Amino acid sequence: MTDATLGEKENVLPPPAEVEDVELYHAKSWLTHYVFSQDAKYIAIQYAGTAIGIGLVALVMSWVIRLQLAFPGAIPFIDASRYYQAVTMHGMIMVVYMLTAIFLGGFGNYLIPLMVGARDMVFPYVNMLSYWVYLLATLVLVASFFVPGGPTGAGWTLYPPQAIMSGTPGNDYGIILMLASLILFIVGFTMGGLNYVVTVLQGRTRGMTLMRMPLTVWGIFAAAVMALLAFPGLFVACVMLLLDRTLGTSFFMPSIVEGGEHLKYSGGSPILFQHLFWFFGHPEVYIVALPAFGIVSDLISTHARKNIFGYRMMVWAIVAIGVLSMVVWGHHMYVSGMNPLFGFFFAVTTLAIALPTAIKVYNWVLTLWRADIHFTTPMLFALGFIVTFVNGGITGLYLGNVIVDVPLSATMFVVAHFHMVMGVAPVLVIFGAIYHWYPKITGRMLDETLGKIHFWITFLGAYAIFFPMHYLGLVGVPRRFYELGETAFVPHSAAALNIFITVAALIVGAAQAIFFFNVFWSLRHGKPSGGNPWRATSLEWQTPETPPGHGNWGKELPIVYRWAYAYSVPGAPEDYLPQNAPPLKGEHSP
Amino acid sequence: MLVALIMVAVVAASLLFHFLSPWRMTPIASNWGYIDNMMGATFWITAAGFVAVILFMAYCLFRFRHQEGRRAAYEPENQKLEGWLAIGTTIAVIALLAPGLFVWGQFINVPEGAMEVEAMGQQWQWSFRFPGADNRLGATDALFIDANNPYGLNPNDPRGQDDILASGGDLHLPIGKPIKMLLRSIDVLHDFYVPEFRAKMDLVPGIVTYFWFTPTKTGEFEILCAAFCGTGHPQMRAKVVIESEDDFKTWLATQQTFAQSRRGEAAHDRRASAR
Repeated sequence: MTDATLGEKENVLPPPAEVEDVELYHAKSWLTHYVFSQDAKYIAIQYAGTAIGIGLVALVMSWVIRLQLAFPGAIPFIDASRYYQAVTMHGMIMVVYMLTAIFLGGFGNYLIPLMVGARDMVFPYVNMLSYWVYLLATLVLVASFFVPGGPTGAGWTLYPPQAIMSGTPGNDYGIILMLASLILFIVGFTMGGLNYVVTVLQGRTRGMTLMRMPLTVWGIFAAAVMALLAFPGLFVACVMLLLDRTLGTSFFMPSIVEGGEHLKYSGGSPILFQHLFWFFGHPEVYIVALPAFGIVSDLISTHARKNIFGYRMMVWAIVAIGVLSMVVWGHHMYVSGMNPLFGFFFAVTTLAIALPTAIKVYNWVLTLWRADIHFTTPMLFALGFIVTFVNGGITGLYLGNVIVDVPLSATMFVVAHFHMVMGVAPVLVIFGAIYHWYPKITGRMLDETLGKIHFWITFLGAYAIFFPMHYLGLVGVPRRFYELGETAFVPHSAAALNIFITVAALIVGAAQAIFFFNVFWSLRHGKPSGGNPWRATSLEWQTPETPPGHGNWGKELPIVYRWAYAYSVPGAPEDYLPQNAPPLKGEHSP
Repeated sequence: MLVALIMVAVVAASLLFHFLSPWRMTPIASNWGYIDNMMGATFWITAAGFVAVILFMAYCLFRFRHQEGRRAAYEPENQKLEGWLAIGTTIAVIALLAPGLFVWGQFINVPEGAMEVEAMGQQWQWSFRFPGADNRLGATDALFIDANNPYGLNPNDPRGQDDILASGGDLHLPIGKPIKMLLRSIDVLHDFYVPEFRAKMDLVPGIVTYFWFTPTKTGEFEILCAAFCGTGHPQMRAKVVIESEDDFKTWLATQQTFAQSRRGEAAHDRRASAR
């Protein structure tokens, strides 16, 4: 590896292509080019733009929640119904319409074809449909704000019986639109998800073996496979709940007395819904987390100029997490009244998942060992991810261990835990990824100074929101309480803590304006980036044009000779070797 | 340099907050001290992991920050190191899991002779039922509920006739005796939650769920609902009074049995129709 001849180019004949290059659809009009585009790069931006747009609605909802918790009753507009509607919409939008859509529809669409050396997704037309169905789902969700009774306030888990009963806000039209929107979302996602999976399996260029793929692609690929397996659970749950609500079936509805009246339901099982929901809901956590894991690995490696440590272990950890995450859903139901013997099983599987997850964390920090660390904005966001993810991960060891979960479940401890681990941590990765790939998408750099200001306020602010929140949960403050009222076991000082958290939340929310200003300002005024500003190895940085043109690669598809982590290879002329650079004499890269 | 320092500061601030903040668990009032011990052990193990990982990261950020002429080492993997880290993590996980499962085993196995008490939830109130002289609770079904039978007891079940109904909003329990709480809802999901007892469980319409505990402190404690159950969720509260066996018996004697409540209601109905 380190012999002196390294540095000269070697003549190697690439393996022959297995299939002929396929002719792409070429847009003929402005409409098919920019609106009904079949180019994954445009679809990616449509997906990400819609996800961020609806995410801003969720941000406003979070302010409604925080203002009520800090200053109960001070704002007459926020009554109990509106509070629960805000809680529900914030959660549902962030988990499904924002995080899932931006990681898979946004980054998946942009990065998969470019990173595996394909001209586009394998089914471009279906890919386009996927976005438009997603947009429709989002619009149906938004419409629920404007129907009589408003959106559903059943909590993002939509548990029956309450989700469709009169004590819950939005039980007349809001819940119907919510369920319809989810059904549409799943239809749209399935079209996209099949595309991501098949493109990774069938669309890779010559030399791009699975074990040479960047971890970003591995993360998105594994998440897409999991989503295809998990979303059907939610799909059937939504269909059955919709039937219970509209046609009076009793899938989830037992005999119920409401206000002295006997309802016409009987024999259904509310816990069945919870099983179906969490069969989707837990993998969902990793559907968001795995792409973030993959992206953060690539950010760290690129900006630390060092190969990711233990690449093969990282891949197997992703696969192990994906498999295990399908059998841990019951840890959301330890006190649901299901057979308590399940507690043993789900506690074991849940804590087992800590092992591959911990290995990933070790390998991220070990990548920094003897590295050459550049504190660019994407790198800062990756570091912020490690802190928040480790912090949120270790509280998972409390909640996963069935007996410790008993006092903590349904308290603010849970809220703090999942926000840290699947709210803040993945959102930091999204920001890091945008700072990292913006130059490829636009040809211009985002402003680094603004980026760093944005990072420090967001990272430290979000930590200040969610770290102290765990302690409210330890005290015993329950979640989903419109107002706590006078409660003997909660000290008065907790109110001060709630005000502190709310102030931090308002600041962090407002600071996102810096980011949006940067994104729009840099579009015209950013420093021109050139094709590969970070001097990165993976294929998307080696395109002949930046932003990449239609078909990505010009006349010839790239040929891959090594893995995506050839940074600081001893003897190589520069501290990075692109995946498609012809091999050097004596090189033994994976 | 600065980045590394801020990361160290984040760790230090987190630890200081943990040890100095006034917000800790409410004093326990049940036998589930094991749960508190588990929580303490989990804190020490996970905090050690958090501090070690972030401080190591901060050291790397300082030591290996970019400087003119630095080049990173090239080390694709180190299976020995990865193996040791995996083994260490596995040991930590087992150290948490094994005692956790042991205590869960105790949690779900109710001791012989525990006193059965039923808590019934509905939007947005609690009511309670004790077995009468026969020590057995009568059968119930939401279908039996009407104005004269708010608990939905089966009127034909002889075991239910002497059941004692405590619908005043307060639940009284004797100290030092294992209590098996049987939980039932007639409308939506609820959750019986007393922070001082540490134990909680959902109420699910259509089935009866349970948990057990032994009160270890006399006094009044709040019962909250910990499963979102509609707009009145935060107001769904009641009081549990833990008192001596004698005080408890005195209180219980003042409550109506199911049969008495039926007679009272029937007499009331006759008066109403005579008027």
